[in-house]
Amino acid sequence: MTQSIEVRASLVSALILVTFLLVWHLAVTGGGSGQAMDPEYAKLMGITATQGKSAMPGPLDVGATLWGHIKDPFYVRGTNDVGLGLQLGHSIMRVMAGYLLAMAVAIPVGFLIGMSPLMSRALDPFIQVLKPISPLAWMPLALYTIKDSGTSAIFVIFICSIWPMLINTAFGVANVRKEWINVARTLEVGPLRKAFTVILPAAAPTIVTGMRISIGIAWLVIVAAEMLVGGTGIGYFVWNEWNNLSITNVITAILVIGFVGMLLDQGLARLGRFVTFPE
Amino acid sequence: MSTFDNPFDTEGKATKRCGCSCGAHSTQAEHDAAVSRAKAEAEFLKAGEDARVRRVVEAGLMRAVFPNPVQRRAFIKAVGATTAAAAIAQVFPILTAADALAAGGVPEKKDLKVGFIPITCATPIIMAHPMGFYSKQGLNVEVVKTAGWAVIRDKTLNKEYDAAHMLSPMPLAISLGLGSTAVPFTVPAIENVNGQAITLAMKHKDKRDPKQWKGFKFAIPFDYSMHNYLLRYYLAEHGLDPDTDVQLRSVPPPEMVANLRAENIDGFLAPDNICQRAIFDGVGFNHILSKEIWDGHPCCAFAASKAFVTESPNSYGALLRSIIEAAAFASKAENRKQIAEAIAPANYLNAPVTVLEQVLTGTYADGLGEVKKDPNRVTFDPFPWESFAVWMLTQMKRWGQLKGDVDYQGIAKEVFLQTDAVRLMKEAGLTPPTASTKTFAVMGKTFDPSKPKEYLDSFAIKRST
Repeated sequence: MTQSIEVRASLVSALILVTFLLVWHLAVTGGGSGQAMDPEYAKLMGITATQGKSAMPGPLDVGATLWGHIKDPFYVRGTNDVGLGLQLGHSIMRVMAGYLLAMAVAIPVGFLIGMSPLMSRALDPFIQVLKPISPLAWMPLALYTIKDSGTSAIFVIFICSIWPMLINTAFGVANVRKEWINVARTLEVGPLRKAFTVILPAAAPTIVTGMRISIGIAWLVIVAAEMLVGGTGIGYFVWNEWNNLSITNVITAILVIGFVGMLLDQGLARLGRFVTFPE
Repeated sequence: MSTFDNPFDTEGKATKRCGCSCGAHSTQAEHDAAVSRAKAEAEFLKAGEDARVRRVVEAGLMRAVFPNPVQRRAFIKAVGATTAAAAIAQVFPILTAADALAAGGVPEKKDLKVGFIPITCATPIIMAHPMGFYSKQGLNVEVVKTAGWAVIRDKTLNKEYDAAHMLSPMPLAISLGLGSTAVPFTVPAIENVNGQAITLAMKHKDKRDPKQWKGFKFAIPFDYSMHNYLLRYYLAEHGLDPDTDVQLRSVPPPEMVANLRAENIDGFLAPDNICQRAIFDGVGFNHILSKEIWDGHPCCAFAASKAFVTESPNSYGALLRSIIEAAAFASKAENRKQIAEAIAPANYLNAPVTVLEQVLTGTYADGLGEVKKDPNRVTFDPFPWESFAVWMLTQMKRWGQLKGDVDYQGIAKEVFLQTDAVRLMKEAGLTPPTASTKTFAVMGKTFDPSKPKEYLDSFAIKRST
């Protein structure tokens, strides 16, 4: 029965996809033949103006462009023109750098907050104020103080991915079942050993959930940050193609961004399943 | 007079012309002179870039000594061009200055980063890369595309870039601390003159009189831009107050076409290739070219911090030399098609070649069904006239960006390095003669750079007095 539900679900998915592509295709192929023009003049004009072609590309155009990028992802044709694969690589490197830094700070601090009610209360106002700030609002400040656009982008990733991890770690640590802590106490386990062998495994699923939320946010933010600072990365690619009003490439990039985001999320979901335990 | 014209030319464009054997000169004698000049020009081109650099320095010196073109011509006429050059060389050894600028020492730093915004104004900076003008000077320059004017400013202030393409009022604003921390900045060279346009949405095809534009929303690339000042000037001359009668928004150039299509804005005064791109995509039409407001106006600048100029004089010299060379090449109409192809790829402008060709050659579709021809739609002349800076400062003051008393001439001199010759003279302890100025007219109104305050007072619509 489960199997048949899965088969039916994928059938419905495929049907939605095909319908969407078909509607998309029909929607953009419409349009008139354009008005009559002096051929000299027409030569100087774009295809949207001369043939009345829609400015939106169709699914076939996007498919062709996507295939072009997949075929040759790692070319370098100068500072400002490198392949989509390399751009993605740059973005992922930045996300990882900022994310690992955030992990290194958020998990220990989260432990501290979770284990000490005093620190929890003391740090709470700061967290509450800093948490809702849009990461991009930090950008001008980062550029101004760090004076390096690459590091600023990493800082922005750091500052946006720290909060979900911090809060989830603190919550997970604070909510470890009292019985387990008490058992540890009766066995006279030292505080460090207690943290690593009792609290960490118990809080791990909550922590990983926080990490999963964080990576999603980090991936959302990197695209916007790179559009702002430019240089390299998938966000820069979107901006550069937008500059040329190449909607085909922008849509291609959107698809790729979605796909990579899904992979990152799935990776952490797998990690989450690995640390979950039955009670 | 363009920088690449001969400053020792006694006739100039001032004299009347009526007839000769070819019909372009006032007398047969002048015709002969022109023929020999053409020959000399051919030899000059053969002589190559060293001679060209030398001429730029000579031109700067001539202008510095004789700010008034009438006096200059009278002097040269009286003593002859060769004697004039020799006389000037007595006072200041041209060759030395030219050598300093031409050969220079070994660049302190060979790997340089220069930022640019992808618009045709940046042509000399960009083309110097694929066409080898940087490598000819022994420099390894990386030209980096940048997302916006604020970002290019911050990256240059942060020293991520050694030099950058900026809107020519930006170095003035940065030096004055407007919109950023005050850091002494310089304009060693202007990049392009003209080359902007007012583009309106297709639905306003019949509203060609600016008086009908009340309530319009216009986009400009940046607050500290010639685009802002020219559009405000144009509107104010037509009786519209740019702060109350219309709305001006700072919009990054790439977003302008998209916004025009979405009808979020009614038009823009923007850099090319954006204007031509809107026409190319059938979204807008050309109302006027910016040269119809002020023919020969500067637009973008090649900018560097004062620290870079003084700390790495040889790198700076080599870089400036590449830019002057590139601008000289770009100023020739016959080279424009080749340039359009060189700067179109994704690594540089990332724009259709057809659009760039229309901008650079000046044979363009106007968006209303006509093909127009104007070879001066954009041109390239690197000479950073101080009077340009003074005009920009008057407009900053006029629209309230600058408050209080302004030392127009002082700031202009600090920021616009009129010639390196003048700079070198100062360093050598010589007092250069009064800075040369260029008077020009904006929409028929003459601007006298020595009287900025009077000029400012003559406007009816302004924010400050």
